[in-house]
Amino acid sequence: MIPLMHVILDVGAEAEQAGARKFREVLEAKLRKEFLSEDVRIVESANLGVSGQGVCMLVYPDEVYYGNLKLSDADRIVDQHFINGKPVEELFLDSPEMRRLMAWRRREGIIKKGRGRVVLDNVGAVDPENLAEYKSRDGFRALAEAVRGGTPEGVLDTVKRSGLRGRGGAGFPTGMKWEAVREAPGDRKYVICNADEGEPGTFKDRIILEGDPFRVLEAMALAGYATGAEEGYVYVRGEYRTSIDRLENAIRKSREAGYLGRNILGSPFSFEVRVKEGAGAYICGEETALIESLEGKRGTPRLKPPYPVTEGLWGRPTVVNNVETLANVPPILRNGADWFRKFGTERSPGTKIYLIIGHVVSPGLVEVETTTSLRELIYGYGGGIRGRRRLKAVQVGGSSGGIFDPSVLDEAMHFDALKEKGGILGSGSMLVMDETTCIVDMVHGILNFFLHESCGACFPCRIGNERLVRTVNGFRSGSARPSDIDLLEEIASAMKVASYCALGQSPFLPLSTAIRYFREEFEEHVNGKCRAGVCRFKVLKERQEARRWTVVMSR
Amino acid sequence: MTTSQIIRSLEPTQDNLLAILHRVQDANPANFLDQPELREVADYLELPYSFVYGVATFYSMFSVKPRGRHVVRVCASPPCHLMGGRTIRDELREYLGVEFGDTTEDGLFTLELSSCLGTCGIAPAMMIDGEIFGNLDGVRLREILDRKRREEP
Repeated sequence: MIPLMHVILDVGAEAEQAGARKFREVLEAKLRKEFLSEDVRIVESANLGVSGQGVCMLVYPDEVYYGNLKLSDADRIVDQHFINGKPVEELFLDSPEMRRLMAWRRREGIIKKGRGRVVLDNVGAVDPENLAEYKSRDGFRALAEAVRGGTPEGVLDTVKRSGLRGRGGAGFPTGMKWEAVREAPGDRKYVICNADEGEPGTFKDRIILEGDPFRVLEAMALAGYATGAEEGYVYVRGEYRTSIDRLENAIRKSREAGYLGRNILGSPFSFEVRVKEGAGAYICGEETALIESLEGKRGTPRLKPPYPVTEGLWGRPTVVNNVETLANVPPILRNGADWFRKFGTERSPGTKIYLIIGHVVSPGLVEVETTTSLRELIYGYGGGIRGRRRLKAVQVGGSSGGIFDPSVLDEAMHFDALKEKGGILGSGSMLVMDETTCIVDMVHGILNFFLHESCGACFPCRIGNERLVRTVNGFRSGSARPSDIDLLEEIASAMKVASYCALGQSPFLPLSTAIRYFREEFEEHVNGKCRAGVCRFKVLKERQEARRWTVVMSR
Repeated sequence: MTTSQIIRSLEPTQDNLLAILHRVQDANPANFLDQPELREVADYLELPYSFVYGVATFYSMFSVKPRGRHVVRVCASPPCHLMGGRTIRDELREYLGVEFGDTTEDGLFTLELSSCLGTCGIAPAMMIDGEIFGNLDGVRLREILDRKRREEP
């Protein structure tokens, strides 16, 4: 039976804590009592795009958002809204921030139907555990068309023409990567989906995997078809339990329905997907470290070249694509390369998922075209800065991205956006910092993270990170000398040149941009001043004290 | 299931090593990989013990030291740091009375640091076993830990 109404219940981490599961039970009990269980389907969503609103849900077809729901509200909503058709207005999702945000969006005309939703169009709209719902939204159509009437060359050609670039951080053209694997010699090839999302400030892949896992599988099969691979692996970080469960469920159901496995849909093409679980290592997001880990070893990176496209998993040609990159593939093949190119810019076509986090009113993620400016992202989608404070800095692209002052606000966030300013788009994360933030302290936090995550295999990274943290700590404690500012840059650039992999090269960007845009603050710290009042200058104070005593005693 | 059965529930290929270690650790009452277990895994996969030990100590989710019933993993990444992560870390250390990597005397909690948990929208965040807790402050932190304590038999 087709349900008359859909309830999309937010079961994200925050809603779950607010009691979303319990609310679901109460709502289900009430629906059973009213004999409505078949007519109202409850779908769980990892993220409704709202924050700080407790238990919230979206009701279709009315498109009504309810927020801050208490258990007792379930009965009322069923009676008034579901049975009598009158949405309960008092329970609508509402807050000053939300009102401001909605007004801004209306004013700026941001809510235009269908705009930009290439990747996340199913997330929150389908039951991620239900194959039929995925299929009802054109799911597996691209794969069916490819294996029945298409050719691998055709699929490859469309992806190439679309200009799709990798969404994992580097922005490498996906079609070129696929072509390299296709042309690489070897009878066994592999497709790996990199779902080891660990870049601080990034959780887009989790939302895709939890909200639309079938799409990732379809894309992997298409990648296999285009490149000549018959086996695929999804490497998911161990902390993403829900993603792993949903993927395994999706693989089982896709295989039963003939979309994965031997002779897909009766064609000669076969493709198997397995899930591999990580065990907590940031470095495994680096593709060669990921491959090592997948082979059952310590996740230390390999020296490149050779690149995975020629010598990857078990030494064979391997495609490694990020989750978001793959999620773009089925809609591109369904609608064509030209359709995709209508979004975004010439060199960065399509949309991008941006994560807007830190000191903003409504932290979260949004998928918009790559023509969107940083200002729109922070003040529009993020709702502006919390607590009427002023924007001080924003770190674009995750922890290895550059730290900028507000002068970059009007830059469009495409892949090559911040290149001449010394930045990268990276994972698409925008860490927003207000004036209460101390840049030196923040840099310390970032460097500490790299120190913790360095795998220790090569010495520039292992020792360099240690030295960086110690030096920057000098600024916080008051023992730094003026020349230490240049020393920081010097160490980071040596690491950039000499490190084995991207992790050792990472501190350079945040450090060099922080020094370029906020040099004054580093200088102030040398003199024992922290304008945000965060740093305590313990060493400096101890020295002052000691000096004072020396003076007293010598008298 | 005995440990041997758990180990043998997956094919003896090296790429299953991490999965086997996960399963063995999950079944261990003290939440860690002990030496005999690691040796048995090494034998099953025909790998040197030193290699298996090397893998087990590389990944932060594995432990070769006994741990408490609940593993509290607090996010140490920059976004959480920005939102007050350091205070949360200090509060946790103080409230549980242990340093990172150690277990409380009653054997209930082990305190660990974690890289980004991917819940930056609700920073600062921590994970207790598989469960995420976000928007933390000192009060909420104590509530959550107290509730965990009360749930114990």
